[in-house]
Amino acid sequence: MDAGAAGDVAPDEASPAPHGTPIESVAAVFREERGRLLAALVRRFGDLDLAEEAASEAVEAALMSWPVHGVPPRPGAWLMTTARRRVIDRLRRDQAYAARLAILQAEADRAGPVAAPQADDDLPDERLLLFFTCAHPALPTEDRGALTLRFLAGLTTAEVARAFLVPVETMAKRITRAKKKIGEARIPFRVPAADELPQRLPGVLQAVYSIFTEGYAASAGPRLQRIDLAEEAIRLARILRRLLPAEREVAGLCALMLLVHARRDARTGPDGELVLLDDQDRGRWDRAMIEEGLGLVRVALTGGPPGRYGVQAAIAALHDEAADVATTDWPQIVALYDVLLALTGSPIVAVNRAVAVAMRDGPQAGSVLLDALAGEALLRDYRPYAVARADLLHRAGRHAEAADAYRRALDLAGTAPERDLLRRRLDTIEQPGTPEG
Amino acid sequence: MKYLLLINAGAVDGNGVNTGCVVEDWMAYDKEVRDAGVFVSGESLADLVTATTVRVESDGQRVVTDGPFAETREVLGGFYVIDVPDLDAALDWAARCPGARGDGSVVVRPVADFGG
Repeated sequence: MDAGAAGDVAPDEASPAPHGTPIESVAAVFREERGRLLAALVRRFGDLDLAEEAASEAVEAALMSWPVHGVPPRPGAWLMTTARRRVIDRLRRDQAYAARLAILQAEADRAGPVAAPQADDDLPDERLLLFFTCAHPALPTEDRGALTLRFLAGLTTAEVARAFLVPVETMAKRITRAKKKIGEARIPFRVPAADELPQRLPGVLQAVYSIFTEGYAASAGPRLQRIDLAEEAIRLARILRRLLPAEREVAGLCALMLLVHARRDARTGPDGELVLLDDQDRGRWDRAMIEEGLGLVRVALTGGPPGRYGVQAAIAALHDEAADVATTDWPQIVALYDVLLALTGSPIVAVNRAVAVAMRDGPQAGSVLLDALAGEALLRDYRPYAVARADLLHRAGRHAEAADAYRRALDLAGTAPERDLLRRRLDTIEQPGTPEG
Repeated sequence: MKYLLLINAGAVDGNGVNTGCVVEDWMAYDKEVRDAGVFVSGESLADLVTATTVRVESDGQRVVTDGPFAETREVLGGFYVIDVPDLDAALDWAARCPGARGDGSVVVRPVADFGG
């Protein structure tokens, strides 16, 4: 929502809805407003703990009031006004804290231009600075996605822990440690200047993408994909897209996630088993999502050299546009992997490229490329490498080697559906004549 | 906010003498730090062969040994304490330091603030 320029909307002045509001719609408003509220408070007071405390108290107050009086016309402004009052109360009670905060604020103002003064009832969108803080290079890479989920998606620590399949205490420790570093080392709440952006934006995009990949291919556990997490990542990317409309890589990341997520329903079979791209019922792909993704790919690849997300999105788009595997434009996909490999130098990209080459030139050609990557330390325990190698050997008719390779892939952990698929493949080799799947 | 920049010299010869530094670069950097008004203190350390280690045992016995000598390639060669608004500013000063180049690195540590 956007707060207008009208007068102060204090909690007690909100116009009550005639019959109150169901608690679910109150929760839906929070989901949308919480990240904005937190970011606005952080921008204003320069202190994450204080902002979180005030945001929680404002949400609690709303939970008491809204179901009875109805959701106010401008819920964000209501929450901000309430939260600000809580901060002021808190600072009145704790003069030492207030003095410390004043020093922080003075130093922050010295460091950068002071933001334009905001009307008290306005809830400006300051989430971009929170995105950059959560993905700051001084924070551990593996914590950045978790912090983004916690502070921008408004998930609780327990929900973030579930998202990354770690115990709640472990996640709580990681978040506490990161918050301590943000506070004590004074990682600033600011959007990097234009000249720093090329260095800092990839970190933000990576944090969002890490949430998506965790949702798309869970690293362990009984279920293959966790759709809610992938959708959360897409929601975050859409927010970034609104806040940074000129950044083509943001469009590229949005496009990539939409074009991959469009296949979600076809990717799992009726019993939760993994269905590979070759065997997916393409009629079950989400056409509307593909269309949206295709529009964004064009944005990502127009007007300058392509970035890694734009190129990955273009590859996903070629798959999504093809009627089946046979008519997929493999030469174009290989060409895009060449570009991606030049951009990233990543051995993981090289694995995907080898698979595309196999589709273009046959499994033998792909196998040779994969074997050449055997020395890469990064691929030693990388499951998709082991699986790709096994599949290509299998297709090339090198059954004994393929069986060994499938066993190797099974040694590396994965989700239950992935493991089932590998076992089925292995069975096919060991007992020829049994139909696969 | 004060930050300590611990400067780990990269290339060190057999005597612990830093071989990778160009004096002019350091003088220029030192001048920048002072001119910007962020300098609190800073020293360059004498070669590692001059270092002495002191420990006190549980019985109060003082143990003095020569060294330590570099077991890793990185040796603490000097430090700055700077006063800047936030970590980004401190990281910028660290990145400009000649000690961050080549095999060297600069560790940025916030100085503890006890609310004084």
